[in-house]
Amino acid sequence: MVTFELNGLEVSVEEGTTLLEAAKFYGIEIPTLCYNESLSPYGACRLCLVEIGTSSRSRLVSSCTYRATEGLVVRTHTSRVVQVRKVLIEMYLATCPSSKVIQDLASKHHVTRVRFKQKHEDCILCGLCIRMCDEQMQGKAIDYVGRGDKRRISTFFDKKSEECRYCGGCMYICPACQARCQGPSEKEAVCNACLNLSPPCLEHFDDVMCYMDPCVACEEKSDRACKK
Amino acid sequence: MSTGVTDIIRSVDDLTRLAEGHRQKLSQQRTRVLVCAGTGCIVSGSLKVYEEFGRVLAQKNLTVDVSLVSEGKAGQVGLVKSGCQGFCQKGPLVRVEPSGILYTGVSPEDVTEIVNTFTDGSVAERLLYKNEDGPACRTQEDIPFYNLQTRQVLTKAGLIDPEEIGEYLAADGYRALAKALLTMTPREVIEEVTLSKLRGRGGAGFPAGAKWNEASHQKNKPKYIVCNADEGDPGAFMDGYLLESDPHSILEGMAIAGYAVGAEHGIVYVRAEYPLATKRIKIAIEQASQIGLLGENILGCGFSFDVEVFVGGGVFVCGESTALISSLEGKVGEPRQKPPHLADRGYLGKPTVINNVETLANVPIIIRGGAEEYNQRGTEKSSGTKIFCLTGKVNNTGLVEVPIGIPLRHIIYNIGGGIKDGKKFKAVQTGGPSGGCLPAEMLEMATDFEELAKAGSMMGSGGMIVMDVETCMVDIARYFLNFLKDESCGMCFSCREGILRMLEIVEDITEGRGTAESLELLMETADMVKSASMCGLGQTAGNPVLSTIKYFADEYRTHIIDKKCPAGVCRELISYTIDAELCTGCRACAGKCPEKAISGNKEEAHIIDGTLCSKCGICLVTCKFDAVLKS
Repeated sequence: MVTFELNGLEVSVEEGTTLLEAAKFYGIEIPTLCYNESLSPYGACRLCLVEIGTSSRSRLVSSCTYRATEGLVVRTHTSRVVQVRKVLIEMYLATCPSSKVIQDLASKHHVTRVRFKQKHEDCILCGLCIRMCDEQMQGKAIDYVGRGDKRRISTFFDKKSEECRYCGGCMYICPACQARCQGPSEKEAVCNACLNLSPPCLEHFDDVMCYMDPCVACEEKSDRACKK
Repeated sequence: MSTGVTDIIRSVDDLTRLAEGHRQKLSQQRTRVLVCAGTGCIVSGSLKVYEEFGRVLAQKNLTVDVSLVSEGKAGQVGLVKSGCQGFCQKGPLVRVEPSGILYTGVSPEDVTEIVNTFTDGSVAERLLYKNEDGPACRTQEDIPFYNLQTRQVLTKAGLIDPEEIGEYLAADGYRALAKALLTMTPREVIEEVTLSKLRGRGGAGFPAGAKWNEASHQKNKPKYIVCNADEGDPGAFMDGYLLESDPHSILEGMAIAGYAVGAEHGIVYVRAEYPLATKRIKIAIEQASQIGLLGENILGCGFSFDVEVFVGGGVFVCGESTALISSLEGKVGEPRQKPPHLADRGYLGKPTVINNVETLANVPIIIRGGAEEYNQRGTEKSSGTKIFCLTGKVNNTGLVEVPIGIPLRHIIYNIGGGIKDGKKFKAVQTGGPSGGCLPAEMLEMATDFEELAKAGSMMGSGGMIVMDVETCMVDIARYFLNFLKDESCGMCFSCREGILRMLEIVEDITEGRGTAESLELLMETADMVKSASMCGLGQTAGNPVLSTIKYFADEYRTHIIDKKCPAGVCRELISYTIDAELCTGCRACAGKCPEKAISGNKEEAHIIDGTLCSKCGICLVTCKFDAVLKS
């Protein structure tokens, strides 16, 4: 077992546990985009950042790839983490506004504006499809091609793949092309419709007990104009 | 490839005997001509000079001894292609020994004149380096560029033939390895290196001793020593030049590192863009293996160490240690999360130590002279010297070795000879694309790891680009971002997209589309890229932007608010006009203008059509009457 400090609490996890798994286990929510329990972690989306270490020597690491070590000090929601995450989500919105996953993230983290130039790219190169194809479907039909701004995902030599069995696993897992958000328009990339929802269960329970996140069944708030 | 050495060294006595033999052979050469064959001098034509020397010497019936293969008859003239002599600005360089006279800018036509001096003992004054305000300098030691440096790692560079192991042996080569193997335990070697406060010269400045120590405790075998020669910073070339001019010192350093941590295999990862360095390190490995200084049972001590060369694919990010390992393993050069550290799980999952070329070249010096002597130079936290590649708008460019912690001013003004054409200094960029630009106020700053980092730049691998007032700092930020956008591996969204977005904003500013919120967004993005990215490339990618904003914020504001580029670099923000009174109507500019944007009859004042003008500036250069104005 490894004992370390998580948001001020002393916690123990099995050796080899990642910080993200540990945080989940202890009920702390960390947003992710390129993470899936059944696939190996990759650390490309950077949304799961947490701050490790203390004072001036602290740094941000992706919790999905960083394994807990003895005595490590981890803080999951510092102002630095929150600030960096907001800029990241803003940049995601500016790149791929049609993804419902990204729009949900934006609403949840109160990103209500995009200051970057608007692009409409579908792929965010999170690599979920590549890992899905390789690790779950034993396909290895697709991979990254190129580097830097020329990086993209393709079949080998851009030819029709003989390995591909048309299982559709890549599309199923894609956060960009599968679940589309209908909200954003060509000019206005931020949907934020989810921000206008208020949970009706509050009347019954006083506190939000809902585990659905975000709760789509909820009614719209009447005093705030919904964009749609 | 013959080494000229047939003996096999089995003991330290063999080594001493062989070295002595080579020293004697060298001493029999009456005159020795060293033609610089570093990349810089080769480009300016030194190989032609070398051939001409061979021809002229043969013509004059002077016996030429081109290598140590020959018997070394007395009275010969030795002709050698040396490694980089460092003063690249003035190449091709020719050094004549034993007098030590250094000729600069030698062309094949000058060779006969130089050869004639061998017989009558005169000096070809015309080809000597001249100080601006002083007399001509006869020897290297007279030239301020050299004598203000502290050449410790570069002592042999330029004075030996890098393709001849005999010359390295004659200069006490491999004595440090012998000392380590015969008189020290691996633990003592690590302790000596730790005491020497040697820090990684590749950029991050991690203590070499600590790295070795961690790897030495690993039980997992085999272990690997990797020499990182994937030097990709624009304006940095010391690793390449060290490999070109003194490859054996790096092999010696690697073997000592191998002995210290218990590794039996070494790999030199050199970038594909360094063909000469690759060739020379390969020759060095072959020669050292042939005489038993690499391979099984070195010096009869039971320690075995072999080295192979791996040529990278020219990817900047492969200089990052984990990406380098990934590339070595045949995978895509993409960094991974640390820990596990490479000392724990590196090449093929085995403990691996990666050291930079320059770091390894320092190791034999430490072992030979001891840590205490090594600590005489440098700062309290970091001993020794650092080689900088001085380039840009400075009078003397080339390789400069100085003790760590020396003020920037000393390097730029005293050694570098100040700014070209007497212009005003504006900034110096240190640490490559991920480094920062420092203004004139920082010239007194000490160049060590901590001070540079505090100022928002970094030591990096030692690139030092000097800029004068005609450089636009926003344009510089744009240049480095453009470099980084291609060279990011693209894995982290923060780095890939963040650099692109920073470039987008900076391009907007240089093209007159900057808005009041541009700067704020640029800084926020730069901070995000630095914080959120995984490897060293992303974590420093914001530096070019942040350091230029920090020190040259006014220049950014002028671009954004006044839509002007004070340095006159950003094309979209400058315009060319013709002063009607000064213009003689000679039509010279109109003839040269590629856009046909200049109209006006002969002997009448011309006019530039702003809508057609592509702002290339040819008219400005062409006009003899200073009638073209740039604003």
